[in-house]
Amino acid sequence: MLQIKNLHASVEDKEILKGINLEVKPGEVHAIMGPNGSGKSTLSSVIAGKEEFEVTEGQVILEGEDLEDVSPEERAHKGIFLSFQYPVEIPGVSVTNFMKTAINEGRKAKGLEDMPANEMLKLIREKSEMLEIDRKFLSRSLNEGFSGGEKKRNEIFQMAMLEPKVAILDETDSGLDIDALRIVSNGVNKLRSKDNAVIVITHYQRLLEYIVPDFVHVLHNGKIVKSGGKELALELEEKGYDWLKNEATV
Amino acid sequence: MAYTEEELKKELETKEYEYGFYTDIESETFPVGLSEEIVIAISKKKEEPEWMTLWRLEAFKIWKEMEEPEWANVHYEKPDFQAISYYSAPKKADPNKTLDDVDPELLEMYKKLGISVDEQKKLQNVAVDIVMDSVSVATTFKKTLAEKGIIFCSISEAIKEHPELVKKYLGSVVPKTDNFYAALNSAVFSDGSFCYIPKGVRCPMELSTYFRINQAGTGQFERTLVIADEASYVSYLEGCTAPSRDENQLHAAVVELISLDDAEIKYSTVQNWFPGNKEGKGGVYNFVTKRALCEKNAKVSWTQVETGSAVTWKYPSCILKGDNSIGEFYSIAVTNNYQQADTGTKMIHLGKNTKSTIISKGISAGKSQNSYRGLVQVSSRAANARNFSQCDSLLMGNECGAHTFPYIEAKNKSAMIEHEATTSKIGEDQIFYCNQRGIDTEKAIALIVNGFSKEVLNKLPMEFAVEAQKLLEISLEGSVG
Ligand SMILES: Nc1ncnc2c1ncn2[C@@H]1O[C@H](COP(=O)(O)OP(=O)(O)OP(=O)(O)O)[C@@H](O)[C@H]1O
Ligand SMILES: [Mg+2]
Repeated sequence: MLQIKNLHASVEDKEILKGINLEVKPGEVHAIMGPNGSGKSTLSSVIAGKEEFEVTEGQVILEGEDLEDVSPEERAHKGIFLSFQYPVEIPGVSVTNFMKTAINEGRKAKGLEDMPANEMLKLIREKSEMLEIDRKFLSRSLNEGFSGGEKKRNEIFQMAMLEPKVAILDETDSGLDIDALRIVSNGVNKLRSKDNAVIVITHYQRLLEYIVPDFVHVLHNGKIVKSGGKELALELEEKGYDWLKNEATV
Repeated sequence: MAYTEEELKKELETKEYEYGFYTDIESETFPVGLSEEIVIAISKKKEEPEWMTLWRLEAFKIWKEMEEPEWANVHYEKPDFQAISYYSAPKKADPNKTLDDVDPELLEMYKKLGISVDEQKKLQNVAVDIVMDSVSVATTFKKTLAEKGIIFCSISEAIKEHPELVKKYLGSVVPKTDNFYAALNSAVFSDGSFCYIPKGVRCPMELSTYFRINQAGTGQFERTLVIADEASYVSYLEGCTAPSRDENQLHAAVVELISLDDAEIKYSTVQNWFPGNKEGKGGVYNFVTKRALCEKNAKVSWTQVETGSAVTWKYPSCILKGDNSIGEFYSIAVTNNYQQADTGTKMIHLGKNTKSTIISKGISAGKSQNSYRGLVQVSSRAANARNFSQCDSLLMGNECGAHTFPYIEAKNKSAMIEHEATTSKIGEDQIFYCNQRGIDTEKAIALIVNGFSKEVLNKLPMEFAVEAQKLLEISLEGSVG
């Protein structure tokens, strides 16, 4: 479904991703862990097509198509979703209005008419209930004055609305309280199917107890230095990253 | 705020909007140039009573003595007043005919604008008095209004049918001597709307006028007079669009509002005149004098969305004469490409306990210049006057400019005047966030701009707000690379 081949990316001539290889198949959950500054968010931005980063080598391939010349919005239309580590505020634009625009732009790209208001209403109701989001919340300006946890829950609400093929959750768990973590994880799990895939970026094993990964990868200094099953996350929790850093330099 | 299904639904509704077309309608146009003879001819053509002809001639005399002002922060080629034709009427117009008799081409044009008359007619709570190239061509809902004693007609008709009201109020807020363009307008105004709401009457529908410039080289001089008698209420909508033209067109309107004791007038404008092309060629010059007089406990709100014109010079003002009167100004001004706007408001506090609120949102893109100029004046008699002003500017790109010039003149120590100003730029992270959700950059900017303007858009009646929102999108199209 998503293939990343020898991906190198830099910003302002500084290389951040130094040859990443990753294959994500439909139905799979991949976890990416790794120390601060190792390049996890950069990898997600590059997959999403952020132009600030220059891809100097390698490829990102979605369902057989090289995404090199595909704009961020087209990637979104093709089913890539990024739950941001730091969601931005858009003053004056309500969550509802934002989602309406996003959904209808996606439909337009597929040659469909705007979603009828009633259908949209139903979808909003269904998804906000699933994530236990108060309806009042949806009339507030996007992310403006949202608490850290509210922002993250809202990201997953958007994911639920857009039903992507490949969802990348960049530290969605950070900022969520214990109950919220459960609600949000359940939401993500409900959205999983044999036709889509999830990449979760996290620092904590806790999230992976809810969203159980098929693979865990450790990113260090722009490279994947170790991959394994879900037990690797437990091992990391216990031992930290130092042993891998040493391993990588050997 | 409770968020009901109904509100949610409203938010989800969308509307189509189109612009930039030209309708071929035969017009009867006067020879170019301005003289006493032309002024008399206009008056005659309109079958006006003698007092009106004399009124115009006096204005013409005043105008001849005046010099065209050098506007503060706009630069343009001055119009040649002898190269303008001062009267033009759609030939087939007849104020008495029904909608079915209206030139089908005209109806087609309104359809393109999304405001087709036959649709409007069915539309609940919207009465439409259409001003097309200076002469009213269709008036609807007159009967419903007449039952309440409301007069809503063209100013020409009012001059003939209601001379006592016109004589009393015309020029009472904006005197002929007020400024160069007001004097010119007084001499040659072609048509416009007149509205009178009797004592204690709440006008049951939004009154609207759609203006349109359609004749090349035709100066447009609208005259609007709205009188809300004691304890009455009216909401008035004014909307404008113009087809693309390669020639500068002059527009110098005068709008006078009179809000008597305990009355309230809401005056909303969506203005979309041809701003000139990407190179800054063509476009409408818009020099407007809009002013309201508030008596005791009266209230006037000006709400405007300005996206058009090559050069805009406009300061809707409130004279808060009566004690406890309230003036409000909510404005969105968008400039793109080579547009220049110098807009703002004047709040003149004369009465005690008078209050004014100013919310101004300026959006600049391309190489445009957007200036806000506001004057808050508190006279020595105006004890406990209050003003709150907020001026926000949003910049797109590095070549445009936003300028804020707040002037405050307070002659009474008890006055409380607050002013807030912000300037922001659309951030790349905001755009990427939208892109990631499948929203392209152009649409993302429209969304961000709408969000920025929301406080003002919310003040518009629903129908108008949707149209205004579309307009913002259209005006900023192509403003990012
Ligand atoms: N726009 C930029 N300009 C310069 N350096 C950048 C830029 N973006 C990222 N970097 C650098 O790239 C490296 C990787 O950053 P990234 O945000 O991908 O790390 P991360 O693995 O997500 O870290 P964290 O766990 O703290 O979220 C860091 O050293 C960061 O400072
Ligand atoms: Mg990160």
